[in-house]
Amino acid sequence: MVSKFDKKHVVSIKDFTREEINEILDIAKDMKEIAIGNKIDNSLNGKILGTLFFEPSTRTRLSFESAMKRLGGTCIGFARPGTSSVKKGETLADTIQVIASYVDIIVLRHPQEGAARLAAKFSEKPILNAGDGAGQHPTQTLLDLFTIKEEKGEIKNKKIGIAGDLKYGRTVHSLTHALSMYECDLTFIAPNALQIPDEIIKDIDRLGINYKKVENIKDVLSELDVLYMTRIQRERFPSEDEYLEVAETYNVKKNMLDNVNENLIIMHPLPRVDEISADVDETKHARYFQQAANGVPIRMALLKLLTEGYDE
Amino acid sequence: MNKKKKKIKITPIESGTVIDHVKSGHAMKVLKIIGVMDKQMNSIVSIAMNVNSSYGKKDIVKVENMELESDELDKISLISPRATVNIIRDFEVIKKHQVKLPEKVKGIVKCINNTCITNQNEPIESEFDVVGEDPVTLKCVYCEREMKGEEISENVI
Repeated sequence: MVSKFDKKHVVSIKDFTREEINEILDIAKDMKEIAIGNKIDNSLNGKILGTLFFEPSTRTRLSFESAMKRLGGTCIGFARPGTSSVKKGETLADTIQVIASYVDIIVLRHPQEGAARLAAKFSEKPILNAGDGAGQHPTQTLLDLFTIKEEKGEIKNKKIGIAGDLKYGRTVHSLTHALSMYECDLTFIAPNALQIPDEIIKDIDRLGINYKKVENIKDVLSELDVLYMTRIQRERFPSEDEYLEVAETYNVKKNMLDNVNENLIIMHPLPRVDEISADVDETKHARYFQQAANGVPIRMALLKLLTEGYDE
Repeated sequence: MNKKKKKIKITPIESGTVIDHVKSGHAMKVLKIIGVMDKQMNSIVSIAMNVNSSYGKKDIVKVENMELESDELDKISLISPRATVNIIRDFEVIKKHQVKLPEKVKGIVKCINNTCITNQNEPIESEFDVVGEDPVTLKCVYCEREMKGEEISENVI
């Protein structure tokens, strides 16, 4: 396979073409057996991943570390800024330049939007954005796409419902952009106050994508191939009562799934709170744990592409 | 010249640069953008605000004995898209230039997003792609937040 992948960094899903994303997903598929330990691949032996987590995110960090170690590499880093020189007032630009000289590739999680773009500017080694504030989280989007492709065979033209906090949820904005690239049919399910922002709608309008906005999951559940749930955060509501009212509507229970498409899959970036009841876990529709597991092969694919290229 | 003087009620300059059709109330920001405040200029700079014109109120900025580069002045379009730049010699307009929106904007404007990395203590300038013309819309290269119209003029650095 001749790689068309020529990106040095992974900062935003918007930097990628559909062909590049397809290539990442194809390589992730090759990584699946290695990710669960059924096959051995030590191609990153001797390489070091720096994990710079300026805010805690245990599962993202652990899935990156698992991905690196499954490929024979090692990791150094910190899990919160309290243990770094940032506490002494060092700029991110300086931290990145120093650490880039210790490692082969850097994964960065940072509370400020745009931090990964800045890091990419100052780093001579590849930067993998693991979430910057309310900004981008491209590896989450890639693992979401990978899950849909694995489960559905392809992503193109699928009917996808995205529910929850669509106004502030960063996962949702990146995912919407990516699904538009695959000409999916989108349904945005949210209370009016948390509906998808106009600028995102403007983007998908430009691409001529079919979409609709609805308030109630029940109204559209039977039409969907994929239901992507996200968390509705308590702090977005003026009062506890208003939150509870909305939270009740955005809760998927087993008894709502009687008339759905037989092949419907339900996804969630996790952690969930009340959005999906535990009784849904045992149904054939639940895919959120599989989705979380897919974080490892996707991150393995990116580590391979960015550190050594990929040649099969 | 007398005719012109009557029309705009403002004294012509012998030579230099006149920035005309500046959006009313934005003259001081134009001075900031073209760097008059920072440059150690000996030129006389005068401004007129809320001048009547056929398009309603406008501001005018005059910089004497200095012919400012038009590329540099294109940045004015961010806050005043209809501004024109007139180069004056011997009281005559020898060159007239309508400001054009640049494709990229570096510095000049602060990102509206307080938690954008460009608003922290980092050794970088703000940087935007111009993604819309009417209204002028900037997109931060770092945090991808868009800002438009008045948001831009309020955030001129």
